[in-house]
Amino acid sequence: MSNGDLRNLLRRDTRADRVVPPTGYTAHLTLFVSGAMAFLAVFALALSLASGRIADRWASELAGAATLRINAPAEQMAAQTETALTVLGQTPGVASARALTAEEQAALLSPWFGPDLPIETLPIPQLIEIVEGEPGLDTAGLRLRLGAEVPGAVLDDHTRWREPLVDAAMSLRRLGWVSILLIGGATAAMITLAANASLAANASIIAVLRQVGARDRFIAGAFVRRFTYRAFFGAFVGTMLGMTGVLLLPDPSDEGGFLTGVGFQGLGWVLPLLIPVLGAVVAFFATWTAARRKLKELS
Amino acid sequence: MIELENVSYTYGDGALLSDVSVKLQPGSFHFLTGPSGAGKTTLLKLCYGALLPTSGRLSVFDEDIARLDRDQMALLRRRVGVVHQDCQFLDHMTLAENVALPLMVSGRAESEEQDNLTELLSWVGLGGRLDAHPPELSGGERQRAALARAVILSPDVVLADEPTGNVDWEMSQRLLRLLIELNRMGKTVLIATHDLSLIRAAKSQVQARVLRISQRKLHLAGADL
Repeated sequence: MSNGDLRNLLRRDTRADRVVPPTGYTAHLTLFVSGAMAFLAVFALALSLASGRIADRWASELAGAATLRINAPAEQMAAQTETALTVLGQTPGVASARALTAEEQAALLSPWFGPDLPIETLPIPQLIEIVEGEPGLDTAGLRLRLGAEVPGAVLDDHTRWREPLVDAAMSLRRLGWVSILLIGGATAAMITLAANASLAANASIIAVLRQVGARDRFIAGAFVRRFTYRAFFGAFVGTMLGMTGVLLLPDPSDEGGFLTGVGFQGLGWVLPLLIPVLGAVVAFFATWTAARRKLKELS
Repeated sequence: MIELENVSYTYGDGALLSDVSVKLQPGSFHFLTGPSGAGKTTLLKLCYGALLPTSGRLSVFDEDIARLDRDQMALLRRRVGVVHQDCQFLDHMTLAENVALPLMVSGRAESEEQDNLTELLSWVGLGGRLDAHPPELSGGERQRAALARAVILSPDVVLADEPTGNVDWEMSQRLLRLLIELNRMGKTVLIATHDLSLIRAAKSQVQARVLRISQRKLHLAGADL
């Protein structure tokens, strides 16, 4: 199909478009399917973008940090903490290290024990937050040295739980994109069925058009434009409803975690506006293919 | 113009036409007659490419119809106007839109369309029914509108399949006069009809050749008509 053919097919021709009866169940089917699919695509896109953001954030935030936990009797806690900070201060690849305050440790526990936890009465280990710097932390070497000098120290470089989390977020993102592809495929299939039904129902009209000298391009164009514009309109309405739904989701918060982060941010709000255009493109090619095949069959 | 050489047409196991040979010269006037089911409509459909011969050679405007692709066939049909007994209109469109359909599909400008349309509908006596829809028209009006649609592109050939089948005698005479007028303008006219009185009425006004289909063969009809 040349660019000229494409332009001619898409150019609105109200007279030519009149040859296809404006009513019929295929009109409602196309509108409904493209609207519903666009609505779902908005959520799949929002999920995919949010998963991507989460994966990036977890990967970057956690990759440059480690935690040292000191399990020691209360009377040795301060001394071991001091020794550990000294060791860390001398270790290459450690940009900074600091012991969390009692308030910070209480805040970490508050989701489980509530905000008024008397932390000083509990045998809580001391946590030291380590921020990695250049040339990178040699965790194996650091573990050996800490083992010798701070017997109660346990180094956690977050690898153990960071990787599965990032993997999960990446999988969720992939799932989102696969869903969008499936939605596109399902839309194409449904519109192809609707176009085939419409072409079959209008076989007598096609026969009349052929008898008066219409080329296949003219006949296919009338159907293609009808379905493309319907799909665009349906998808536009579905997208608007989907975006409204996303807009009404709760704002991102620490308490809500991932669930409240599903949505669009910044320029991400522009992306769903492409869905009606993509819906129209899918409808265009689905109808064009169906029309060419059906017209060949009917000749 | 239209030439059939030993053309046969078979549908399923049954032969509908067998070894038909005939030549329609430019500007000639023909009747095609025979009993119902004899194959008149089949022969007409072969002439405008709605059916293709099973065997034999059929050429229209010196083109072997079997060798044309669908685009070429569409261009050929613009040179052949067809009037069906059931008219075959698009009921959701107005009379004016239906009659202008050949202009629209051939990409003529809307202004040119309007001029031709007004003139043509006045010629067939339907100047005041532009906005009517086909179901609102009488049988005679529908036939005249179908004739107008068939000739709006000024085709070289006009084929009419039982054009007077659904109208009264007066209207059939009116339609016949229009077809004769077209022939006087140089158009080749072929009318399929089983109405012998129509043929008799025409013979006093135009030099017409009468072809009869019987036993799947085409014969030149004698003076018994």
